[in-house]
Formats: sequence, C-alpha cells, structure tokens
Amino acid sequence: MTKLTTQSEVIIVVEEQIKRMQAKNINAWFYDKQALQNINLDIYDKKVTAIIGPSGCGKSTFIRNLNRLHETVPGARVSGTILLDGENILQGSYDAVALRRKVGMVFQKPTPFPTMSIYDNVTAGLKLYGRQSKSDLDLLVEKSLKRAALWEEVKDILDKPGISLSGGQQQRLCIARALTIEPEVILLDEPCSALDPISTSKIEELIHELKHKYTIVIVTHNMQQAARVADYTAFFLMGELVEFDQTSKIFTAPTDKRTEDYITGRFG
Amino acid sequence: MGDPKKIQKLMFFLLLLATIIIIVPVVAIFAIILFHGLPALNWGFIFGMPREGMRAGGIFPTIIGTLYLTLGTMAFSLPLGVLAAIYLTEYAAENWLTRLIEISIINLAGIPSIVYGLFGLGLFVMFLNFGASILAGSLTLAIMTLPVIVTASREALITVPKSFREVSYSLGASRWQTVWGVVLPNAIPGILTGTILGLSRAAGETAPILFTVAAFYLPALPRSIFDQAMVLPYHIYVLSTQVPNVPAKIQYGTILVLVLFVFIMNISAAFLRAHFRKRKLW
Ligand SMILES: Nc1ncnc2c1ncn2[C@@H]1O[C@H](COP(=O)(O)OP(=O)(O)O)[C@@H](O)[C@H]1O
Ligand SMILES: [Mg+2]
Repeated sequence: MTKLTTQSEVIIVVEEQIKRMQAKNINAWFYDKQALQNINLDIYDKKVTAIIGPSGCGKSTFIRNLNRLHETVPGARVSGTILLDGENILQGSYDAVALRRKVGMVFQKPTPFPTMSIYDNVTAGLKLYGRQSKSDLDLLVEKSLKRAALWEEVKDILDKPGISLSGGQQQRLCIARALTIEPEVILLDEPCSALDPISTSKIEELIHELKHKYTIVIVTHNMQQAARVADYTAFFLMGELVEFDQTSKIFTAPTDKRTEDYITGRFG
Repeated sequence: MGDPKKIQKLMFFLLLLATIIIIVPVVAIFAIILFHGLPALNWGFIFGMPREGMRAGGIFPTIIGTLYLTLGTMAFSLPLGVLAAIYLTEYAAENWLTRLIEISIINLAGIPSIVYGLFGLGLFVMFLNFGASILAGSLTLAIMTLPVIVTASREALITVPKSFREVSYSLGASRWQTVWGVVLPNAIPGILTGTILGLSRAAGETAPILFTVAAFYLPALPRSIFDQAMVLPYHIYVLSTQVPNVPAKIQYGTILVLVLFVFIMNISAAFLRAHFRKRKLW
C-alpha cells in the first residue's frame, strides 16, 4: 500500500499493482493451426491470476509460453513479446533454462519422477546446479515440503518412492519440487483436475498461502475454483482473450456477453 | 458357409495344433539334451580342465571363455548402443542422414553371422593387428549385437512419457540433463532386457568367433584380452566333428551347459521385465 497525496490534500490509498509479467500481441501456432490470437495480458505481482475457458481454447498454450515450454513441442511457433522484469523472454538470446528457474510450473497430472524417492523428487531441480551439502539439502527439502503443506505427512518416509503417495500428496510433492528452485512465478495447469475434493481444497488453501511470496497463474476449467482462489481472472475462448478483470468483476458483472454465457453455464 | 459354431471349433483346433507343433521341437530338443547331458553334469565337469585330448575331464576353460566374451561384448555394445539410441531418439533431426543410419541398423541386423566373422577377421584380427583374441572376438560380437541393443534402447527411450521430459525442462534442466537424469533412468529396464537378449544370442554364435577368438585347445586359461580363448559353441563343434571318440555324455553335457547359459540369460531378461512391469513406473 502506498499513500499518495494529491494537490488538494485529499489522501487516497491505492494498492500497488506491479506487473510481474506482460504478454503483448501473443500469437501461437502448432504447425499451421493457430492456437492463440493476439493475446494481451498482464500478470500482477503476488496475485493469483486464473485463466478459464472451455477446453481447447488455448489456456495451456498460453501459460506454456510464459516459461517457453511451448517451443519444445514439434511444430510449435510463437510471435509477440512477453516481458519478465522488463526483459523480453521470447527473444532468442534469452536463456530458456534461466527463465524456467524463475517461472516454475506444476502440471495437470501429478508427475513425480518414478525412479526417485520423495526426497530426490524434491531436490531434482536443485541437483542441476551441482553438488550441495547434505545438510543444506535436508533443510531445503524440509522448507519446500512445509511450504507445500506436505511435510507432516511424509517426514518419516522421505526415502519412499514419490509414486507411492496418494494423488493429492503427489501433486503437493510436485508443488514442493517446483518451489525448491525458488521461482518468482508459479504456473499451475489445472493442478486439481485429477484430484478428489479434499485434496483439491488442500491445494486451494496452499495457493492462498503461496501468493504472499509468489506470483501465481492458475489454469482451471472449474469456475468455482477460479472464484475461490483468484484475484484476477482471464476468460479465453477459441484462442482469444475475451475478458480480463478482477475476479469479483468477472463473476458478478462481466462486460462481454460471451463471458456471461460461459460463467452462467450456457456453454462450455 | 457352415455353422459358425463348428467353424469356431475347427479354428480353435487348428490354432491349438499350430501351437503344439511349435512346442514339440523345443520340448524334444530339451528332452534329448537333458537325457544325455545331465549324467555328465557335476562339479568336476564344470570346474575341471579337459583331459585326454578333451575326451575326459571338464570344460571349465570354455565356460570362462564364453563368460569373458559375453562381458567383453557387453562392454563395447552397451555404451555404444545406448549412446546411439539416445542420439537417434533425442537429438537427431528428421533428415536423410538419420534415415541412412536407421536403414543401416536394420540391415546390420540382417547380415549373416559368418559375414561378421570374416569382417572381424579382416578388421580386428588382421588390419588392427589384435590377433585372434578375446578383444577381437568381443568387438566382432559387439557389432553383431548392436542392432538389437540400439532398437531395444530406442523403444525404451521413446516409451518414457513426454510429461517427465516437460517436468524436467520446467525445473530448468537442459536437454542433456533431462536425458541423463530423467529419461535414461526410466528407460533402463527396457534397455537391460534388450541387451541381455542380444548378448544371449551372441553367446551361442559360432561363426563370428571362429576366426576371431576361438581356440581348438588351450592348456591354460586366458590371462589377457589379447589371448585366444576356448568358447562353448566352438567347443561343441570341435567335440562333435573334429575329435574322434568323444563320449556322448561329454558332448551332450557341453551342449547342456551352453543351453543353460543362454537359458539363464533369457530367463533373467524375462524376470527383469516382469519385475519392472509390476512396479508400474507410469
Ligand atoms: N502438441 C500439440 N500439437 C498440435 N496441436 C495442439 C497441441 N497442443 C494443443 N494443440 C491445439 O491447440 C489448441 C489449444 O490447446 P490447449 O492450449 O491445450 O487448450 P486448453 O489448455 O485450453 O484446453 C487446441 O485446439 C489443441 O488441439
Ligand atoms: Mg490444457
């Protein structure tokens, strides 16, 4: 919060809205098929931004451009600009590996590495930076698992395989794994769609906690979820961004007829 | 056409018959070898040196020779095959060079084993001057085994789900780190299974080792990779055609040992596969 003093000495209070990432004129293709059309979207710092829309509308394609995972897919292309801390991450000279350490991701299907223990899964991203002392790693593992609200459940079984956990625990393990590399932004691509309601609410609580420290973008096709966790919501339809606003505004007074139709369940 | 139920029965009978016809020779071969060879099998036979012009005593040198040769083959073909498979699945672009390599691998698998033997003689024994040796024999068998290992490894690498690669990238891993840290560990069961099957075939081959390593008779065990070795398949050939009056017990006993050697390898490949399938990696 910042205090601004206007000339007339009236004190107004505005919330600081730092733009952590800015997508400008994003077009994306798979071979000849265009999946995103001229997307302009700002991701605000330490806020939760939800991306909603019917399946196939380009939600995943959009967030996979935020960490340049899009370019690893055969036939994938993209044009436009995405700024992170003022730098265009889409330009060829920007190191994709460095980007992905700043912008972490959790996928739809829980994917612990099957050959690794819980402990090794959490440290998988760290191992890439070379050797670290066991005691440092131990501390980081505990810290990440605590942040992912999984520590109490797994602290005595850290050497068990990651895939021996339940689906909901596996997904929190994946969140812990993403947190260990200390990203600034976390992308969540339908993180709860493979989970039961109890695990889902655990992850949602977790998102509330995490947003104090991280900027979060969550793709969901569950509108209640968007309404519960997100500060901002973007509605995508057929590769276009139809509407982007504060979540309360999108769900109570959308300006676009198509948004209204979607959130009231008339299609999708 | 006739009554579908009758046709069904007839077809069932034909299929069963075909299966039985396949089993009969396998069972017959095993039965004959076991019947004649089992009486020869004892510690003295397995761990003893041949005596009386190989008409008595044991076959230890041939077992050791086959073991060395199998390990030597693996030492060359496993790393080479896996690295080639990694290149082809993870790095190679879709172009004429890649296709040429793929066609070469397929053709390599179709070359008759005697041709490998002569190639090994020309390249390793003569040109590179390794002489007839465990080194030359291993290299020759390694080339013959390569297509199996490359194909099995590619299969194993390709089946590792894309999602693991994406997670790895998303954690800031480079391509090589992803291949080495995530893809390869998940592909190891398939790679090992294919390797063992390839090696078990190599262990039973005679033609490729004929001119490159196999010795008719050696009074002592090989001491270095530049020594010749007695080898099981060639020894069987020697006992049955080159040495007169070898007791049948010894001939069949030697065959039984080779069959068991190959059998154990195949069984362990099958177990390995079953074990990892049960663990259900993904
Ligand atoms: N790997 C791919 N190859 C080709 N087309 C793809 C690929 N991934 C997604 N698409 C297409 O791009 C469009 C957007 O997909 P996606 O971003 O996955 O949608 P969403 O996440 O909203 O369900 C869809 O029409 C889909 O068919
Ligand atoms: Mg999606």
